Amino acid sequence: MLDPTPDGQHSDKSPLLRTIGLSKRYGDFLANDCIDIDIWPREIHALLGENGAGKSTLVKAIYGLIQPSAGEIHWQGERIVLSGPSEARRRGIGMVFQHFSLFDNLTVAENVALGLDGKESFKDMSARLEQVSKTYGLPLDPRREVWQLSVGERQRIEIVRALMQDPKFLILDEPTAVLTPQEADQLFIVLERLKAEGRAILYISHKLEEVKRLCDTATILRGGKKVETCNPRRETAGSLARMMVGGEVKEVKAVSGRKTTVPRLVVNDLSLAPAEAHGVRLEHISFELKGGEILGIAGVAGNGQDELFAALSGERLAKDPGTVVIEGIAAGHLSITQRRKLGAAFVPEERLGHGTAPRMRLSENALLTGHAASGMVHRGFIDTAATLRTVDRATETFDVRKAKRDPEAASLSGGNLQKFIVGREILRNPAVLVVSQPTWGVDAGAAAVIRQALLDLAAAGAAVLVTSQDLDELAEIADRIAVMFHGKLSAPLSASEASREKLGLLMGGSSLEPKEVAHAAGA
Amino acid sequence: MALVEAIILAVLAASTPLLIAATGELVAERSGVLNLGVEGMMIVGAACGFAGAWLTGSIFIGALFGIVAGMLMSLVFALMTLGLAVNQVATGLALTILGIGLSGLIGAGFVGERITPAAHLAIPVLTDIPLIGRVLFGEDGFVYFSIALIVGVWWFLYRTRAGLILRACGDNHVSAHALGYPVLRIRTFAVMFGGACAGLAGAYLPLAYTPFFIPGMTAGRGWIALALVVFSSWRPGRLVVGAYLFGAVTILQLHAQGWGVGIPSQFMSALPYLATVIVLVLISRARTGGSTAPAALGTVFVPDR
Repeated sequence: MLDPTPDGQHSDKSPLLRTIGLSKRYGDFLANDCIDIDIWPREIHALLGENGAGKSTLVKAIYGLIQPSAGEIHWQGERIVLSGPSEARRRGIGMVFQHFSLFDNLTVAENVALGLDGKESFKDMSARLEQVSKTYGLPLDPRREVWQLSVGERQRIEIVRALMQDPKFLILDEPTAVLTPQEADQLFIVLERLKAEGRAILYISHKLEEVKRLCDTATILRGGKKVETCNPRRETAGSLARMMVGGEVKEVKAVSGRKTTVPRLVVNDLSLAPAEAHGVRLEHISFELKGGEILGIAGVAGNGQDELFAALSGERLAKDPGTVVIEGIAAGHLSITQRRKLGAAFVPEERLGHGTAPRMRLSENALLTGHAASGMVHRGFIDTAATLRTVDRATETFDVRKAKRDPEAASLSGGNLQKFIVGREILRNPAVLVVSQPTWGVDAGAAAVIRQALLDLAAAGAAVLVTSQDLDELAEIADRIAVMFHGKLSAPLSASEASREKLGLLMGGSSLEPKEVAHAAGA
Repeated sequence: MALVEAIILAVLAASTPLLIAATGELVAERSGVLNLGVEGMMIVGAACGFAGAWLTGSIFIGALFGIVAGMLMSLVFALMTLGLAVNQVATGLALTILGIGLSGLIGAGFVGERITPAAHLAIPVLTDIPLIGRVLFGEDGFVYFSIALIVGVWWFLYRTRAGLILRACGDNHVSAHALGYPVLRIRTFAVMFGGACAGLAGAYLPLAYTPFFIPGMTAGRGWIALALVVFSSWRPGRLVVGAYLFGAVTILQLHAQGWGVGIPSQFMSALPYLATVIVLVLISRARTGGSTAPAALGTVFVPDR
């Protein structure tokens, strides 16, 4: 197949969007330093870089959310100064945010309406919403409120909302971070189609394989500066990563000769009614996790992973204590603190608000999970020095980058906060670690640190349960992988036999019933 | 019969200031701003409203004075909480204290003066219908206006794009900002609307309820209006029900004393607050997710530029 846009040859005379020397300064900090970037029509242009490289700042400036401190933006050959996002939208620039810009207590249709200029009636808009979502294969129920929806569905709203503006240029900020391979594939089909329709796409991602597969051009940022613009198809994932990091990326290495020991976390026929009207019912979940082993749980978000996490962590209690056994002790009826005292540790999916209290300092956040079993409290008084020591140890061991010794949790970037949270739990030397989406929205460097930490923890004899939607991640670290679908957990497959296809089928609800298994066995 | 009619009339009169003030506060809170200064804005509205009416002899101009006074008070609040990102609770409380002092100052010269109270509607035949005639066709202008106001606010919030944007600001100001909506400007307008309503509600007291001004005459109605917004779970429909219910309790309390019922009047005065607490408990039990209150209510927003 011919590449429609080989290097240096574009059918159009001038780029759709060009930035010249774009800079953005926050106080002493130069978030963007003289960035030149050209976006052509019919192009999927990747924007690569580690967290803090300045990608978000750059797209915010292009979308009119922030005013650049210096430099120019040219749109269709003409210099423009954007007064705000609505002007950007009017000119044909659309954006899908990483942290969704959605309103939880409003309906899908209302959320979409807010992203449009409001020239059409609500009724016409709703009709067009249904039509657009059907055309691009992104099904949505316009009447539901956002808080009831899964992460994947929320992203669909963002994308449909952007598409309804009929943009010439669409910015997507890490759109596949929360999608299953199948969902991501569907998104790629949509993106290819948008490209064929003559639109340009700026695509921010950490997943280099994905970028190589999808994107025509890649611009790499590092420390606020542009490092390179290249054709990602001619690069390897390794060379792209080197440009992003400015050096070699550490490979995650499993310790060889890892031995499994006694069962440390056992779940026996756990069933649990949903806590909320739209929750998922857990049905007959059973598995056994030995020390030294990592069990991965794959599945599309919203299939009961949150409910399972709540049942394991003790946020919800089971009627029968025997359904959750930690270190040989029936714990289904025990509180979170009691489970922590048994040696369990938990890392929830949501970093801010669930994993940490955003407005509290890191030391205080360390205390929140460590008070039960880490010697930070003496006779009811907080040992401030001990909490600070935990912060320092986590900072050192897991390379947490922060502005001061003990900042508010919310001030850390996603990757650094996640390193802190995982570090905080691992430093407690847990016998059992239950972790949900450990590298959600985290850059490559931080993700590698976290995965390595999980592997090391298992090598030290702990049982690790990882829930993730990132199959590459599970393939990299898990010994066995099970799939959650509609509150049921499949039998675990060993990592070697868990192919993407098999997992994809299970994630879509097809069972590997005898026929399937026989087929697989026969092949 | 006459007694029932008298009680209904009294309830309507007692409920109207609550309804007007709470309607304004509902709009402000729906945009994400918690203004605890309702009592202060009301009492300044009362003093200025009376002054305006006394000086010009016009109830209408008096009401306008009240509205403008409430708005100016709310602008002070907006400047502090939206412009300077000061804590909303503290500023609201300060606004009430300021209002009580200011109203005493403004109203000092008017204590003891009387005006002709707002005229009541009188339609031949209709107003003379027994029992309902005066209730439906014999009220003062404020009562009719308050009903039009809450219907208008309902229509605005749920049927117009501007209302949707306002609700969006109250739900998630970060998202609203990301979509390009001027969160602080929208909130300023919402706060000013709340101030105008509080000022009008305050002016109602000396212009229609009692035809004279006394310091502190709002007597905690601003606080009841605040409770009322929570009671209504931020919904205009329930706000109407709540306002008349709370108004009825106030009147009932007076009559209960007259009839010699053995319930302490303090208990009756506390009823609106007690009802609010009970309703809050019931709501949180019934609702399974999302949030009843505007999610961004009372939080400070500083856009990055």
